[in-house]
Amino acid sequence: MGQKLFGFLVLASLMVCSSCGFFGPTSHGKIIVAGSTSIMPFTEKLAEHFMVEKPETPVDVQGGGSSAGIQATINGTVTIGMSSRGLKGNEKGLNAIVICYDAIAIVVNPKNPIVDLTTEQVRDIYSGKISNWKQLGWIDRNISAVTREDGSGTRGAFEDLVMGKTFIDDAVMVQDSNGAVREVVGNDPYAIGYISLGIVDSRVKTIAVDGMSPSIKTVRDKSYGIVRPFLYLTSGSPGPQAQAFISFVLSSQGQTILSKEGLVPVNGQASF
Amino acid sequence: MGKPHSSRETGIKWLLTLFALSSLLFLFVIFAFILAEGLPLFVKVGPGHIIFGMKWAPTKGHFGIFPMIVSSFMVTFGALVFGASLALACATYLSEYAGRKTKLFLKPALELLAGIPSVVYGFLGVVYIVPLIREYLGGPGFSILSTSLVLGIMILPTIISISFDALMSVPAGYREGSLAMGATKWQTVYRVVLPAARSGILASFILGMGRAIGETMAVIMVAGNALKIPTSLLDPLRTLTSNIALELAYATGDHRSALFSTGVVLLVIIMFLNLVANFWVKKRTAR
Repeated sequence: MGQKLFGFLVLASLMVCSSCGFFGPTSHGKIIVAGSTSIMPFTEKLAEHFMVEKPETPVDVQGGGSSAGIQATINGTVTIGMSSRGLKGNEKGLNAIVICYDAIAIVVNPKNPIVDLTTEQVRDIYSGKISNWKQLGWIDRNISAVTREDGSGTRGAFEDLVMGKTFIDDAVMVQDSNGAVREVVGNDPYAIGYISLGIVDSRVKTIAVDGMSPSIKTVRDKSYGIVRPFLYLTSGSPGPQAQAFISFVLSSQGQTILSKEGLVPVNGQASF
Repeated sequence: MGKPHSSRETGIKWLLTLFALSSLLFLFVIFAFILAEGLPLFVKVGPGHIIFGMKWAPTKGHFGIFPMIVSSFMVTFGALVFGASLALACATYLSEYAGRKTKLFLKPALELLAGIPSVVYGFLGVVYIVPLIREYLGGPGFSILSTSLVLGIMILPTIISISFDALMSVPAGYREGSLAMGATKWQTVYRVVLPAARSGILASFILGMGRAIGETMAVIMVAGNALKIPTSLLDPLRTLTSNIALELAYATGDHRSALFSTGVVLLVIIMFLNLVANFWVKKRTAR
């Protein structure tokens, strides 16, 4: 029993440490990748394939969010940081590699007849200026707009790309994941939301923005505007092991894995 | 066993005392941790800007949680409106009218209600209550009304079991005396038993409030989590608990501290409610 209590105390103190953002030191022979939870599932998939080829280099993938990933990269507690937002201020000193692009799709319920909105209309819906579907030529019913919670990378990108300096209205509903937004929009005929293009399915309908529907083609030729890069970050130039992983991700094999997941591949490196 | 009997007994006593004290230790650690994380922001931006601030945009330097405090109390009140009346009726039936066999069946059934995980309540709310409200009453469905209904059901077991105990502890002589004076059964229940159990019933309401204000998962699922103070029963809202759970995943720096500050406010509210409830229970037992 005493041992049980001791074990529990150890567990509790470990939880305390991990919630403080303690990622653990970079150990030799192991790559730690941490940050954006939007990129995390894809990195996990890439890491699985990578470790089949190079079992001597284990890759440990962790979440934490873009900001935590960036901070951990600056502190040197992780080998590679992941960010689904652009870098600001002193973060720009990091070495950033675009691994792919992700489009943010504006989605409505399939029962909604509207197919096209302008960026300005989307912004007005989220700022509360347009609050009724009648103003957009549909029925007299209030719009149930859904956004993501403050701090989310998807919300950050949406704010940068669509809202600009305008605030999202306080009356807008908030859900805490892409999946939850899709669920609400899929059930509510009068809802509108924004989610990562990779997880759009038949429950929701994508809306063309400024005449362009989000797709791999329109993202690649840059005609669809609401696109964010998925970044890998290193502090200075990457070490040999990190370089091996990054090269794998950018290889045609890695890029094929990403495009199968609904992301838009890049070819070659770019700085951001 | 080798060891003398008495020393083993003392050993067990001390071991159990240690475990009993460890719960105090955990309480202390939780307190210390939340205060250490949450108080620095109170000092930095000022308690007024947090508690009475209207704007919550923690990544842009606004940490006001006043709308959430108001919303938390609104749904708690709503839950009481639905839950308390139903629960009190149920407890009164159980203690005054139900036969021994009905009681034996109903009591465990109600206790089972308390054992259902909150995510299940939330799920039922999202799948049935929210669409019904959207369809027949309008609005997005995620609203004070749906949240109050779900919370009202969730606080039933708490209120029922505590007010049941309060009603049962009313001495049988009270009822007999009233009946002997020619009062009917209902007059006895309404004029004698319920007033005699008043403080225990009030305590059960307060503890039900504590349960409602602290509920998180079910609320996130049915409340819609919008930041505005709701102006109609059909408007979405965000409570203190759901604010923490919604945003903790990505929060760093001041944003993270702001969530702990939300926790500090919640802790104070819940401590206050428990103190009041304890006070009432004590008053009852002292009499």
